[in-house]
Amino acid sequence: MLHLTIFLIFGAVCVAGAVNLLVQRHPINSALSLIVVMASLAVEYLLLGAEFVAAVQVIIYAGAIMVLFVFVIMLLNAGEEERTKGSRVAMIFGIPGMLVGSGLVAWVLLERSGTHAVEAGALPGPPKTIAWLLFHEFLLPFEVTSVLVLIAIMGAVVLAGHSDSGGPAKKEG
Amino acid sequence: MVPLSYYLVLSGILFACGVTGFLIKRNIITIFMSIELMLNGVNLSFVAFAAQWGKLSGQIFVFFVMVVAAAEAAVGLAIIIAVYRTRETLNVDQVNLLKL
Repeated sequence: MLHLTIFLIFGAVCVAGAVNLLVQRHPINSALSLIVVMASLAVEYLLLGAEFVAAVQVIIYAGAIMVLFVFVIMLLNAGEEERTKGSRVAMIFGIPGMLVGSGLVAWVLLERSGTHAVEAGALPGPPKTIAWLLFHEFLLPFEVTSVLVLIAIMGAVVLAGHSDSGGPAKKEG
Repeated sequence: MVPLSYYLVLSGILFACGVTGFLIKRNIITIFMSIELMLNGVNLSFVAFAAQWGKLSGQIFVFFVMVVAAAEAAVGLAIIIAVYRTRETLNVDQVNLLKL
C-alpha cells in the first residue's frame, strides 16, 4: 500500500512535469520541468529495486545531460518561443483521436494484462551485479558504446567548432 | 505491490507527452528535450519489464539507452549551436532551407 502511494505521488509529479514542459513557453522553464520528471523517475526506479539505474538516472540524465541543455539555452540566449497556428484539422480530429486511442491502450493494459504485480524492490540491481553482466555478457555492446561516445565527442567538436578552423559552420553576411 | 500496467501506463503518458511536444513545440531546444522525454518513458518500461521477468538485461539496456542519449545530446546540441550561428534563430519554422 505504501509502495502504491509512493508510486502514485511520484507518477503524478512526473506527469505534471511532463505537461509543464509542454505548457511553458520559455526553454529554461521546460528544462527545469524535465529535471523534475527525471528526478521523480529515479524514485520510480528505486521502487522497482533498480538502484544502479536510479543513481545513473540522477547523475547522467538529471545531472550531465540537463546541465548541457541549460548551458546551451544560456549560451544561445534563447527567448520565449512564438506560437504558430497549427492546422485546424489536426486540432479537430487529432486531439479526440489521441484521447480515444490512449484511453483504449490504457484500458487494455489495465484490464487485460492479467494480475501481474511488480513487487517493490522485486529485482535488486546493485552495481556489482550490473557490472558483472556488463563486463561479461554485454562486453561487446559496451565496447561499441565507447566507440560511439568517441565519435559523438569528435562530431560535437567538428559541428560546434569555429568556422575558421575548418568546421562546416560558415558565418553568413 | 504496484501492477505492471501502472508502470506501462505512466511510461506511455510520458512517451505521448514527448511526441506531443515534438509536434507542437517551435523552439528547437524544446523539441530536443521532448526527445529526451520519450527516451525516459521507454526507459521506465524497460526497468518495469526487467523487474517483471526477473532479468537484469533490461537494466543494462537502460544503461545503453542513457549512453546513446548522452551522445545524442552532445551531437544534437552542437548541431543546434551550428544552426544558431548560421541562422540567428532557434525557431524551426524559420529554419527551412538546407543551404546556408
